[in-house]
Order: sequence, then C-alpha cells, then structure tokens
Amino acid sequence: MTAQRDREWRLPEDPESLGKALEDTGYLPDDGIATAAFLALRMHRPLFCEGEPGTGKTALAQALAVALDVGLVRLQCHEGIDAGQALYDWDFPRQLLHLRTVEAASSGGDLDVDVVEASLFTRRFLLARPLLQALEAAPCVLLIDEVDRADDEFEAFLLEVLSEHAVTVPEFGEVRATTPPLTVLTSNRTREVHDALKRRCLYHWVEHPDLAREVAILRRRLPELTDRLARQVAAAVRRLREMELLKPPGVAESLDWAEALLALNRSELDADAAARTLGAVLKYREDADRVGTAGLDSLLAS
Amino acid sequence: MTGRQQEQDPLVGLVGFTRALREGGLTCDPHRVQAYLAAADEIDIASPVQLYWAGRVTLCTDPDDLPRYDAAFEAWFRDAPRRSPAGGPPVAPRPSRIAALTPTPAGSGDDETRDLQVAASDTEVLRQRDLSELTDAEREHLRSLLALLRPQPPKRRALRRVPHRRGEPDPRATLRAMLRAGGEPVVLPRRRAGIRPRKVVLLVDVSGSMTPYADALLRFTHVVARRMPAEVFTLGTRLTRITRPLRQRDPERALSAASRAVPDYSGGTRLGETLRVFLDRWGQRGAARRAVVVVFSDGWERGDATALAEQMARMRRLAHKILWVNPHAGRAGYAPVQGGVLAVMPHIDRLLAGHSLATLERLLEEVRSA
Repeated sequence: MTAQRDREWRLPEDPESLGKALEDTGYLPDDGIATAAFLALRMHRPLFCEGEPGTGKTALAQALAVALDVGLVRLQCHEGIDAGQALYDWDFPRQLLHLRTVEAASSGGDLDVDVVEASLFTRRFLLARPLLQALEAAPCVLLIDEVDRADDEFEAFLLEVLSEHAVTVPEFGEVRATTPPLTVLTSNRTREVHDALKRRCLYHWVEHPDLAREVAILRRRLPELTDRLARQVAAAVRRLREMELLKPPGVAESLDWAEALLALNRSELDADAAARTLGAVLKYREDADRVGTAGLDSLLAS
Repeated sequence: MTGRQQEQDPLVGLVGFTRALREGGLTCDPHRVQAYLAAADEIDIASPVQLYWAGRVTLCTDPDDLPRYDAAFEAWFRDAPRRSPAGGPPVAPRPSRIAALTPTPAGSGDDETRDLQVAASDTEVLRQRDLSELTDAEREHLRSLLALLRPQPPKRRALRRVPHRRGEPDPRATLRAMLRAGGEPVVLPRRRAGIRPRKVVLLVDVSGSMTPYADALLRFTHVVARRMPAEVFTLGTRLTRITRPLRQRDPERALSAASRAVPDYSGGTRLGETLRVFLDRWGQRGAARRAVVVVFSDGWERGDATALAEQMARMRRLAHKILWVNPHAGRAGYAPVQGGVLAVMPHIDRLLAGHSLATLERLLEEVRSA
C-alpha cells in the first residue's frame, strides 16, 4: 500500500467517459449513476445511494474501484457497530506485552510514566479499521455499506471522515488522507439517516433498471445466456416486480435466476423451468404461493 | 434550457430554480444550493441530462422529493419562462388552528384563563371522560394535560458496552489502570452491554369512524414522538408518514404540519392495504423489526378482513410487541366482534382501550414495560 504508487486520481473528463469505464467492468450504469459518480469524484463529496435491495448499490462501488483502478475498502455496518470496529482500535494485548517488557527491561529501576505512555500510543499499536485504512490507502473507493443498519449515534463518527477526510485519535493525533477517497454510502432506507450526514453527501435514489438495460446486464454478466432467454427472464422479473410481493426481485435475483436456468441447461423459460427454479427469485413462501395462484403462465406470457 | 436563461448569467437561472424548488416544498438550504452550483460548474450545463442529474443528486434528499423535483425541473427548464412551478406566490405557513379536526375556540392566547375556568378537581373527571364527548373548554384543558405527560421509551439491550461492577473484563480500562499502577493489574474493571431505547412505531387510523378521536390521538403521538425514537404514520385510504412534521416542538405547528401532510382525513379505511404498504415500505426493512408497534384503530375494515389478518401475521413476525388501541374497547359491554378486530386478535399482544386520558396513560405504562 505504501509503495509509491500513483497517488492521484485519474479523473475522467466527463460523465460519459466514466460511464464507459464502468461499462468496461461489466457494470452498466444509466446517465444518473454516471453523473452522480462523476460529481462525487470531482467535488470530493461522498455519494449516498438509496434504493430497493438488489438495485446494484454495492456493485456500483465495486465497479468504481475497478474502473478507476484503485483499491476498495468496505465497511459493513450493523447494529451496535462502534468506533472500535469502524475507525481504529488500540492493540491491547500487544500494548500489555510491551508494558511488561519495558517493566522487565528496567528490572525494578525507575520507570518514567510519561515516556512509557508515549511509547504505548504510537502508530504500531494502532489497529486501522476500515475508515482509517481508507484514509491511509487513498486514493481508493470507500464503501460504507447499509449505513441504515448502524445506530444513529454511529453516524456522528462518520461526519469527520466524510467532510474532512480525517480521523482524530485523542492519544495519537490526526490522520488525514493525502487524497480524499471516493466514498459510497448505501442505504436500504430502513430508517431515516440524519440530515447532517445527508447534507455532506450527494444523494442518488437508485431504481430498478429498465427492460433493455436489464437484458444488457444479464447478457454482460452471463455471456453464455442467449438473447431470447435473457429477454424472457427480464420480462418475467419485471412482471414479478409489479405483483405486490413481499420482496420484489432485484437485479441480483434475475442474475441468480438466469444462472439457475443455465445450470439446468434450459434454453427457454417455460412453466416447467420456471417452477423448478422459482426459488432463485422468490425468497418467501407467501410470494411463491401468490405467483402460484396467479399461474406461472401469466408470468411468462409475452 | 430556454433561450432566456442562456443569454443571461446561468447563475441567475440556477439559483432561481432552487427558489422554485423551495416553493415546491424541498428543503434546498444554502448549503445544498452551494453544492448544486459547484456541481453545475463541473458538468456541461448545456446538456439537459447532466443538468437534471446534477440538481437531483445535490438538491434531493428523499425519494419523496423526486416527483416534486421532476415537476419543477420540467416547469423551469423546459417550459416557457415562468416564475415558479406552482405559478402562484410562495405559500406562507398557515395558522396552526387548521389542525383541529373538531371545532375549537378561536382565541389561543387566553389559555391561562381557560385553564382557570376548569377547576382542579375536574382534572380527575376529565381524565376519565371519553375524548369524543369533550366540550371546547375541556378539550383545551386536555391539551395542557397531554403536554404534561412524560412518556418513557421501552428498553432493549445494546451491543455497545458500558462500565459496570459485574460483567466481562474491560481490556481498555484494565490497561489504563495498569499504567496508573506502574504496570500492575491492581483493579480489573469490567463492562457489560448497555441499555438502549427500543424503537416505537405508532400507526394512527384517521378514517371517518375515528374522526372524533383523531385530533387527540395525534396530539398524543406528538407528545410520544418528542420523547422517544418513534415513527408515526397515519392509516386511512393510504399511508402517510408524519414523523417529520411532528418533530417540531410546538404542538400546534406540528399538528398543522401533520394535517397538511395527510390527504385522507376522515376518508374510508383500507386497513389491510395500508398496513401492507407500511410493512413493504418501512416495516419489513427495519422500522417494525423488534419494535413496539402501537395501532390506534377501531378495526373498522371496509375491505376484506383476511387481508388485514395476513398483514398482522406478517407484522407479528417482525415486531417485538403489538399493542392495539381501540377507543371503543373501553365502553361498557364492548366485545371484540367486528370483522376487523376479530381478524387481528390472534396476532396482537394486548387490546387496550384508548378513549380517555386515563387509558392513554395506561397505554404509556404498557409501552414502557414492553
């Protein structure tokens, strides 16, 4: 990481060229995503992506890292996540050992508490967690995934990182990124994220892709898929999304479905093939029942 | 872009657009406007697509903002020059009294004199009175009593740990103590999981049959939402989230903002359908997960009660506790026989009365201990 790499961003000229670069990685962005990511890069602002599960929010960050040829640092948020898991932590066992060693070395002699304490709180005892890692590894893409799962107090930890690109460790000092990382935050909107956080970000609401784009995504990700089958799967998934299900399938599900069909060597999505593979798209018994009563044929009617 | 804006400094057109958006109801604070201008600087503003997205990512903060943004963008950049998307002058905040769903006395400045008119001994009587049968003076008195409520949130174990006498050893504190004692572990500090408030979801039925109670219940939810992490929704023919408007401190302002947000006061009920929307958009994703859900409704369902039962079963699997508050349940001789109430009975933890202040206080007690 510290090897003298090209420590600057290779910035794309305009949203279109960023979109092209993303496309080359296998991620097919629409104008909105390309423009949002372009502005996030240019303005050094975090990009806050909200949307239904399975619309490719996380995949966007991964694709950006590949397209811009930088590393990806990921922070998965969860309930109860704290600074020790997200920012940094002190390596207590090693600090304890160090303390013992110093004590043994001085063998009963005078210990200068200040000197010992200063030696305890140095960089080598500091464990970098994802946010600190991202600042030290910049330029990189920092993905803060599912920020809505973290407690609302946790958002306060993020504010300094997101706006100053710095972390302050009380015993140690400030760690500041030489080049700000490109930060992507994702949220499934299980709760409202605080306005202070949103204000520092660019906001992008990610929608399901339209039919043509979904077909293109399927074909790009699964090259062995025929155009006909891709179209059938995309059309069926679209119909499922309109069916008031508990969990409408996202792009991830249509990819799973197409892959399942390929694994069964099916060249066409008929009622039999759909019945066998429905578990790849519908993850709730109630949903499967609903589709079953509506009739699989209605799903496939073109 | 129209020719008009191109000839002039583009800044004027862009800032004017943000003003139009603000009139359309978006936040658009100066910070966001600045971000918008910075974004416009980075892109090719002659391209409508880029201009559209630059504004959308910097000025919108919520999916509910998107239709308003789209409409304003169409009106401002595509149509003939116009002052604002609405065409009219900015709407001034309306006086707060429109929140009242039932007749209230006009003067709001003479609260004190009104309070005095109601003798102190009447308070106990008022606490037991049915909220739908109050006189105006009593209603006024009730508001001040509601403001005195001190709801306590329910508790849950937190993941984060706090120092405690008993519990697992705390390495960080141990190290500090050792440092102080010259390297000897003299004391062994311990820590354990802390306590955090549990989420609360309040769902208030504002359909026609609940109208006599709606005003008092919304005031009650305002008191609750101010004191704990609560999400508040109204149920009617559609679902409306009023957590945001209720966040204001002043009850009158909060209530008027909430009533402006709710389009279906005193309309019909489609309980099953609106609960489904709630669970799809909010509940399942997290708002109802391990939360205490309180539904204020008489269970009067116009649609099919099986849909209601289905959704309540879903909520049962998500929520920690479900309390159903039915204003009619406190009446003498009440029996849960209506289709809607019968359908939900198997899926709820408690059916409570909610027709008077005393019963609402009991509800708070239930919520606290849930």
